Amino acid sequence: MRVVVLGATRGMGRALARRMAERGDRLFLLGRNPDELARSGADLAARAPDAAAPGAAFLDLERPDTFEPALDAAVEALGGLDAVVVTAARFATQESLEGDTEATRALLTVNFAHTIVFCEAARHRLLGAGGGTLCVFSSVAGERGRKPVILYGAAKAGLTRYLEGLDHKFRAQGLRVVCVKPGFVRTGMTEGLRPPPFAGEPDAAARQVLRAIDAGWPVVYVPSVWRWVMLVIRHLPRFVMRRVGF
Amino acid sequence: MTPTLCGWGRLPAPGREIRSENLARSCRDVPLTRGLGRSYGDASLPPPGRPVVAGSALADRILAFDAASGRLRAEAGLAISEILRVFLPRGWFVPVSPGTQFVTLGGAVAADVHGKNHHSAGTLGRHVTALRMLVADGREVVASRRENTDLFQATLGGMGLTGHILEVELDLERIPTPWILQESRRVGSLEALVRDLRAASAEWPFTVAWVDLAAGPERSGRGVLFCGRWASVEEAPAESPRPLGRFRVPFTAPDVLLNAPAMRLYGALQYRKRSREPRTEIVHPERFFYPLDGIDGWNRLYGPRGFIQYQCLLPQAAGMGAVDQLLGRLRETGEVPFLTVVKDFGAEGEGLLSFPGPGLTLSLDFPVGPGTQRLVDALNACVLAAGGRIYLAKDAFSRPEHFRRMEPRLTDFERIKRRWDPEGRIDSRQWQRLRGALPGESRVTVENGAVELEPAAAGEGGKR
Repeated sequence: MRVVVLGATRGMGRALARRMAERGDRLFLLGRNPDELARSGADLAARAPDAAAPGAAFLDLERPDTFEPALDAAVEALGGLDAVVVTAARFATQESLEGDTEATRALLTVNFAHTIVFCEAARHRLLGAGGGTLCVFSSVAGERGRKPVILYGAAKAGLTRYLEGLDHKFRAQGLRVVCVKPGFVRTGMTEGLRPPPFAGEPDAAARQVLRAIDAGWPVVYVPSVWRWVMLVIRHLPRFVMRRVGF
Repeated sequence: MTPTLCGWGRLPAPGREIRSENLARSCRDVPLTRGLGRSYGDASLPPPGRPVVAGSALADRILAFDAASGRLRAEAGLAISEILRVFLPRGWFVPVSPGTQFVTLGGAVAADVHGKNHHSAGTLGRHVTALRMLVADGREVVASRRENTDLFQATLGGMGLTGHILEVELDLERIPTPWILQESRRVGSLEALVRDLRAASAEWPFTVAWVDLAAGPERSGRGVLFCGRWASVEEAPAESPRPLGRFRVPFTAPDVLLNAPAMRLYGALQYRKRSREPRTEIVHPERFFYPLDGIDGWNRLYGPRGFIQYQCLLPQAAGMGAVDQLLGRLRETGEVPFLTVVKDFGAEGEGLLSFPGPGLTLSLDFPVGPGTQRLVDALNACVLAAGGRIYLAKDAFSRPEHFRRMEPRLTDFERIKRRWDPEGRIDSRQWQRLRGALPGESRVTVENGAVELEPAAAGEGGKR
């Protein structure tokens, strides 16, 4: 499989890229920090000694003008494209965004508008080549409006709906859209937050996402127990949600 | 509620860990970096008043590997388990491995870990070629045998006190197959066990002995000698060893689980399982190197009060007399260790505070209780008399006056530490304790049977 990964330098994206490289997938990394891309490229190359080292190109989710050139570079290096994985996003709690208009704008733009603009570019290319997989990390935060993550959750809710629509419209044309909804996974992104019960590890999450990509599941919760946790939370009445802290 | 951190012995102290993929940034303003928290005592815990430490476990990328020489460069949070997962099938092993694979490279360097092959391979430090560190003044520097040599030597075994280790470069060992040929046999007395251990070390790259101290007085000291080497292609199974499944300890065991009769029974079973005649077999490398890793969270079996492992070096010159003396003192205290391991060491390494040196090492596991401080004091007195020392990666109770007398090398270490960290920004709870800088006379309190490394309230210190 020829895969472009946006977000492979950290967290679950790093773990997923490792699993892919180890089983022989060919990777191309996108990101905004060349040094980080080089280090992750070296890590992946060491794990797949028989394959060519993964290439990389600059992409900044703040700058949509970088999207097409980055995808051009990927297609050229890989000689085509079978899958695009997006794990990159910003995270901020509601508390930290309170009163910070610029951070709020950046979070909503990056996590919603620009992520979707990138996905649009990616899906055009995948459909143009006859189909493929678009795997995007959304979040369980988009399942319900919740006090600690109102803005982050709203952006993820929009992203989830977008991915759902893509799946409805284009599955028949060969585009397999996989929407990943991580619950709490212990990565650098969630550091400093108090882990709730059922917190997961990035490597286990990556294995699960890889199975979903291979099987083409439209939605996957990681760890999978979060499917049931969210089922409960989605059905909590409003007067309860107003009272609880999460 | 104040958040707490603890080492593998599960003795908590106030503290919090920040894990980040970007270790160079997250460790910038904190006193200490910790890895996977496998040191037993307070080595990875923050000093009082500066409760946040950096965690390296997410900084785990392999940065370079030369398949011709085996030279590996990686971020400091890369765990030995991950190195083995990636490189064991390709015919490489870590040159030195401690008794668990769940340690980071940075932590392994900081403790200058040793393994069953110390008599032939030395400590891990011998195989480390370079370190990238963030030192106290905020600079990133390389330390090796060519540049910043003093920093390099003080960092091997320096318990993370010389600066934050960001990257480690070391040479992996080429192995013929990923399987171990193990020979094991029982030996009836401690004296014979030690003698046979030394003799075996002349022939085998890996040796260790397990000692049954729970048996009755006439049988105490009997044990099992384990020797091993990498199996040759002809001896080994054709397939690669599959990673072993792990059993997870679901909750903290009640403290009656590992009581004296249970330990006696366990000891007798282990002993009787083996015959006097050597038994040779091909074993899984994880079973040989990491017998306890198969039980995820085995430290919880020791009960809610936590435990310590007392590990000391008794120098060659002190002979068997020192061993007898130590075990005699141990008997007087009435404490029975759960698990006792003996290993002969080879030459001392370059690390300024590196633990191993020529002689014999004993490690003894005890549940923590009201008598622990007295026990450690008594054992430390024997070690001092023998001219030996203790292993800081295991220690939580040694007194500063004992430690200073055990470590003539400490003055040199302190000089180099002052040179690289004049303001004492890099610090740990253990370092404070060993310098006698922890507030209160006693560092450990026992409240209603629960042991903490911090007095529950002001004025409650000095209980023991």
